[in-house]
Amino acid sequence: MSVLPHHLVATSLSSSTSNFFAQNSFDVVRTQVVSAPFRKMGVCKCVATSPTEQTAYKTQVSRNGNIAKLQAGYLFPEIGRRKAAHMLKHPDAQVISLGIGDTTEPIPEVITSAMAKRALALSTVEGYSGYGAEQGEKQLRARLASTFYGNLGIEEDDIFVSDGAKSDISRLQVCVLFGSNVTMAVQDPSYPAYVDSSVIMGQTGQFQKDVEKFGKIEYMKCTPENDFFPDLSKVSRTDIIFFCSPNNPTGSAASREQLIQLVKFAKDNGSIIIYDSAYAMYVSGDTPKSIFEIPGAKEVAIETASFSKYAGFTGVRLGWTVVPKELKYSDGFPVAKDFNRIVCTGFNGASNIAQAGGLACLSPEGLEIIVDTFTSLGFKVYGGKHAPYVWVHFPGQSSWDVFSEILEKTHVVTTPGSGFGPAGEGFVRVSAFGHRDNVLEACRRFKELYK
Amino acid sequence: MSMFSTCNFIPHTILLQSRASLATPNERLATVRCTKVVRNVNLEKLRHNYLLGIGDTTEPIPDIITSNMAEALRKAIAESFYKGLGVKDAEVFVSDGSQCDISRLQAGDFLDETLKYQNIEYMTCGPHNNFFPELSTTSRTDIIFFCSPNNPTGHAASREQLTQLVEFARKNGSIIVYDSAYSVYITDGSPRSIYEIPGARECAIEISSFSKIAGFTGVRLGWTVVPDELYYANKVPVINDFDRIVCTCFNGASSIAQAGGLACLSPDGFKAVMSVVEYYMENAKILVETFSSLGLVVYGGVNAPYVWVHFPGSRSWDIFSEILKKAHIITVPGSGFGPGGEGYIRVTAFGQRENILEASKRLRTIYLS
Repeated sequence: MSVLPHHLVATSLSSSTSNFFAQNSFDVVRTQVVSAPFRKMGVCKCVATSPTEQTAYKTQVSRNGNIAKLQAGYLFPEIGRRKAAHMLKHPDAQVISLGIGDTTEPIPEVITSAMAKRALALSTVEGYSGYGAEQGEKQLRARLASTFYGNLGIEEDDIFVSDGAKSDISRLQVCVLFGSNVTMAVQDPSYPAYVDSSVIMGQTGQFQKDVEKFGKIEYMKCTPENDFFPDLSKVSRTDIIFFCSPNNPTGSAASREQLIQLVKFAKDNGSIIIYDSAYAMYVSGDTPKSIFEIPGAKEVAIETASFSKYAGFTGVRLGWTVVPKELKYSDGFPVAKDFNRIVCTGFNGASNIAQAGGLACLSPEGLEIIVDTFTSLGFKVYGGKHAPYVWVHFPGQSSWDVFSEILEKTHVVTTPGSGFGPAGEGFVRVSAFGHRDNVLEACRRFKELYK
Repeated sequence: MSMFSTCNFIPHTILLQSRASLATPNERLATVRCTKVVRNVNLEKLRHNYLLGIGDTTEPIPDIITSNMAEALRKAIAESFYKGLGVKDAEVFVSDGSQCDISRLQAGDFLDETLKYQNIEYMTCGPHNNFFPELSTTSRTDIIFFCSPNNPTGHAASREQLTQLVEFARKNGSIIVYDSAYSVYITDGSPRSIYEIPGARECAIEISSFSKIAGFTGVRLGWTVVPDELYYANKVPVINDFDRIVCTCFNGASSIAQAGGLACLSPDGFKAVMSVVEYYMENAKILVETFSSLGLVVYGGVNAPYVWVHFPGSRSWDIFSEILKKAHIITVPGSGFGPGGEGYIRVTAFGQRENILEASKRLRTIYLS
């Protein structure tokens, strides 16, 4: 199943002081000749430079010092590295991956056949298309607007099609956060890309090891005690507020009342919310799916979304970002104009084939099939209600220790909560993505371990 | 109306606006509410109109490409384009196109502590210096962007020129970002990769794309090579940081596009896409002949699908307007590519043969009669 992402590598471990970046696993790999599907060279470089490197030619170009602030590799490649090391150590173990939130179930055929059709059409004169609009194909933008924002006053031209929310988060960073003293807040815990991309852009201070936070970021604690919604009365004003709901990793979805508070908070402070609705389709009941369901949100929020979890498009790469016309900088300039500029300069549109797939997802047939797939996932197995993640509490324990123990003893890969922020310490995230049999088997093993 | 459009998109005929212009006809100004977030002033520094390359491919992708599935694209790229040059699979990063990787290199890797770039050094390339900059009068910069074969001039740097460039970079401790997007168009034996030059592995990154190789302008696929031996001043390998950027700000090129890329690099696939490349270069030949027949000095068209026509003493926007008005042909004014482009027009060789021939006919009719 899992071919490790080609970009998997262990990076910058020399800058990490954590004990977790296991000398053990490193040693295991080093002593064996392996053909693991990850960058062997990368693993071997995770130590102080060798004598050869020290005498090698160097350019006189300064490194981007911001990258050095990052404590380790991006979280998920690191998990992948550990998983690979584990598999080498236990070649006969049936490892089950409930770590990275990667979808596993095949994409319905009505969608893949649309992509195949588009691909083959590229071999015909009539069907060939070259550069597309960087903002996305008109038909797809229109269909996104009507499907998800029909009665919310969001129009086709407010929508920018992307190759996935992850890329757009960085483009938004460049747009609204780059090159100035713009401040940001994130939920704690939260999806690591918000913080990491911000560090790279130079928006943060150094990592403060005692509190496990980067300087200059406002961390909004989300815990069982506050029902996983930050106490806004204790949150300092920042220019930008990243807010993901339903939440990765906690699985919690903000209620209408909570989002009304959030919008008011942003309005009072003149802030911009970047609302990540990647898991909106997992919401049930009256829980809002879009920030734009809240009156006034169009003047304070950007919403980013993705086909990844919606249609299994994690590898196909398709998403979108909504920047309403009403959203303006302090000088009255529309944010959408600058975002459009970024998109035109640093991007060249999502793949036309992926966009054809997206269109098929939003056809009546596509929508029906996708809804059925979700309800059949049956979260009752875990109790994950509004998101495909289960956030499990291990009070008083280090989440990397729990991760390691679960991996060692049950051969199940999870994700340590501290990877999502300091308030994730003591928790482990278990992803609900997986073949039903694997998920049931993993549950069985957990019960064995913890009975 | 555009007859000689290099692609099928109407918006491409409008050069002064971004491709799908952000229409804000119905700004709701009833209550203009602003946030208190200060706009990124750097964006204000950008030129108002981003002059997009209209180098869009037109010919369909050969069947063999679109009907195949495979994997191990990095390996195939290393073997297909860098055989014998020591580029390893692990040094190849697959992207959704060079346009994106250029930004990823800029935003992540080449930022110094003050969040400012060095002032830009423009290296003039013209007939007077055989389209290769006078390096003895070029100031040291950290990064040198170098595109060869060149968009827009069509010039492919010679081995001697690239050897000089690498020497210059090494002497100054600079990093070359070498754009080889058009390398498969080379017909005269000029180097296709910077890594053909000894010493380049320690001072150069190479970016490339399937856009112009295989008509993947809409499919979105490219790659960047970052050699293991490329180090920052503080001995940190550039590849480590680029990998971190790619892991944090990107999630890979579409798996479907990658499957297509792999098919392009199969023996049959590569042969098929090269026949389309040859088709475009035949177009280029026709264009070179046409403009030459008008008594103009023409550059390029030999190693790249671009023809660079000189109109000494004229303003390129004026020439552009005249050709548009009189012949209904869209070209690109050279000044859009930098001050060294003033007085030139770029004509792309992408297009259906009938359109190329029709354009030639019109130009001859108008200017030779």
